[in-house]
Amino acid sequence: MLEVRQLSKVFFEQNDPRKPGLVALYNISLSIRNNEFVSLLGPSGCGKTTLIRIVAGLLPADRGEVIVNGQGVTAPGRERCMVFQQFGLLPWRTVLSNVEFGLEIEGTPKEERRQIAERYLELVGLKGFENYYPHQISGGMQQRVGIARALSKKPDILLMDEPFGAVDAQTREQLQEELLKIWAQTDTTVVFVTHSIDEAVYLSDRVVVMHARPGRIKEEVAVDLPRPRWEGDVKADPRFAQLRSHLRESLRG
Amino acid sequence: MALNTLEQQALAQLDLSEVKPFRLTDHLSFVRGASVVVVLSLWEIFGRQVNPLFLSYPSAIARAFVQLLETREFERQALGSLQVFAVGLIAALILGIALGLLMGRYRLAEYLLDPYVYALDATPRVALIPLLLLWFGLGTSSKIAIVFLSGLFPVLMNTFAGVRTVSAQLVDIGRAYGAREGKIFTKIILPAALPFVMAGIRLAVGRALIGIITAEMFTAVTGLGALLIRYSSALATDKFFVPVILLALIGVVLSGGVEKLQKRLAPWKETERAL
Amino acid sequence: MTGASDEKLIDELGLRREHRWSIYDHPNLIRGASVAVFLVLWEIYGRRIDPILFTYPTAVAVAFWKLLVSGELIRQLLVSLSALAAGFGASLVLGVILGLAMGRSRLAEACLEPHINALYATPQVALTPLLMMWLGLGFSVKVAVIFLFAFFPILINTASGAKYVSASMVEVGRAYLAPPRQILFKIVFPAALPFIMAGVRLAIGRALVGMVVAELFTAITGLGAMLSLYGNIFETAKMFVVIIVLALLGIGSIHATQWLERRLAGWKETERAVG
Repeated sequence: MLEVRQLSKVFFEQNDPRKPGLVALYNISLSIRNNEFVSLLGPSGCGKTTLIRIVAGLLPADRGEVIVNGQGVTAPGRERCMVFQQFGLLPWRTVLSNVEFGLEIEGTPKEERRQIAERYLELVGLKGFENYYPHQISGGMQQRVGIARALSKKPDILLMDEPFGAVDAQTREQLQEELLKIWAQTDTTVVFVTHSIDEAVYLSDRVVVMHARPGRIKEEVAVDLPRPRWEGDVKADPRFAQLRSHLRESLRG
Repeated sequence: MALNTLEQQALAQLDLSEVKPFRLTDHLSFVRGASVVVVLSLWEIFGRQVNPLFLSYPSAIARAFVQLLETREFERQALGSLQVFAVGLIAALILGIALGLLMGRYRLAEYLLDPYVYALDATPRVALIPLLLLWFGLGTSSKIAIVFLSGLFPVLMNTFAGVRTVSAQLVDIGRAYGAREGKIFTKIILPAALPFVMAGIRLAVGRALIGIITAEMFTAVTGLGALLIRYSSALATDKFFVPVILLALIGVVLSGGVEKLQKRLAPWKETERAL
Repeated sequence: MTGASDEKLIDELGLRREHRWSIYDHPNLIRGASVAVFLVLWEIYGRRIDPILFTYPTAVAVAFWKLLVSGELIRQLLVSLSALAAGFGASLVLGVILGLAMGRSRLAEACLEPHINALYATPQVALTPLLMMWLGLGFSVKVAVIFLFAFFPILINTASGAKYVSASMVEVGRAYLAPPRQILFKIVFPAALPFIMAGVRLAIGRALVGMVVAELFTAITGLGAMLSLYGNIFETAKMFVVIIVLALLGIGSIHATQWLERRLAGWKETERAVG
């Protein structure tokens, strides 16, 4: 259960509150249920990345609070794990070692770490690539390592900041489908940042539309398309097109 | 950046303009200045208390600075050093660039010469000082030789690297426009190599300076290096620091000068590559 | 890679032709020939000129043999190498530690930067008489000089590497709950390693120069001392032996650093080095 209450964030020039500032987020309130897949959709500058980073605990809010399972949070925590757009893999570590990273920091013993990491690598379809280095595998595969790394900590909430933004269109579609399959097998709430309407509709239960200047929520749209979405051609469903045009209008106005 | 009405309202309502807490990290130039002042003061205090022969102290050094700059002797030695330095360096630059271009352009030249270039480059050039003194005597010619050898290799190797590293894409463009070997060399490869040459020159200046000072210190006859030996032998530590500071300033000025020249002649590429 | 089906097609198209022999495919032949000719010419002309001044390859070989057999060469080499190891080792440890601190703490950087810049701008050679005044003419002054020469490239490059560790990589650490110490060891240090290695590459060359300089001036033990002493008694052939040994040390250290660089930082192409 993730709740955001009256969250506001301002970026001041040179961090000086007396200087002019940019209101990145203004009075954001949001409620997300367990195991829900929610997308934050909006143009660049609408604050969606800022919002997810504040929820992740990487950025402090100026006003308002983030409440996870009844507790207020202001720093990173083990129940929330982030997947980054630029993958964030440590280039000097092997794929397996990268997946183990979070567990290593936690202090999980070596054998256990390796088993958990291997399991999640297999889940994301990278069995056999344990000893490769990031620069030896494709962007799509690197992002899957990033996802495995996040999942291996068994978080309650998975935070994804435009995770498929840095791969080509075909890989992107593949990864979207794989993400849904993985999500179906795990008990996680997903908060997903994107600027692609199609991606938001395809993946989510609910789409939160954001506007820029100041960053605020315009509307929340429920996506009632049936699951599993990778079966059949959900994009041909007329409701998909309806949702798409609704969201397009919403983004514009 | 102009804010729209919504943003202005939001900012006003949020009311975040509190007084900023004092953080040392926001006043870094002050920290730098304070650090210098603290060190100089400590030096002054302890320098006086401890035997001044060991480290001297800022006010004594300043006094010696003024004293020495007025004597003709100091001026003469300094100019002598600089003259020898200039001659050797210019020779190194000319030959270094010429050879670098030659080796870069013609594989034959590269293969013929590179055993010597790599071997000599790997050798600490200061090791050649006693040999050169034996061959050229204790006068200016041996010093010019040292400066020349110290400055030659950075320029040569960087010029060579510059010629070789020209992006294949640029050369293709030349070919696509019908340029032949010679034109491609002068119009594409040479300008593209210029940043590397400048980086090499910057290195060469530093190395040549080390060369001349080492040679002068070793022979201890004329030049700023000789003064360093003279003053330290006489335990006149305050005077000793004067040529030291002067050399540091010369180094900084020359390096900065080359950097400015690089920005003017080759501003299009940031090169920090140095060999 | 050419597979079996590719081979068939190549045959079918008739493209497997004999490759014409070109000298450019065998650069080592050219290099070898160049060196051989050089040695022969040196031998011929060397014998004709005054042997005190000029010597020639066979004389150098004989001198090498004599010095090896008498154990003198090995003895002095070991003395030099032990000073080198001590001085370089110390500069490596201190340089990396301070460099990491300066890279990650803007406060530390602001405090130390002015002094580092001042010391770095001064030709380190110039400070050796001061060190000799404080530490005498023995082992410790050699270690100190080598330390002085090698310290700054390592410090500056480490600081640069630590400072420019991608903020997003550090953020990954924070997102995964790593405490600052673990961020330093598990993220900043490995990420800075290529820069540190670039600094090491520069520093080892300078350390060799420092070693020779210290030994030239103290002129008691070590390879540099041999150069100075042989120079005084006109033993040119022996001087060449020492120079060649130093050249080999230089080449060896370059190869060793390159190998180390590949192993430790092979995941990142670094050509940048400051200093």
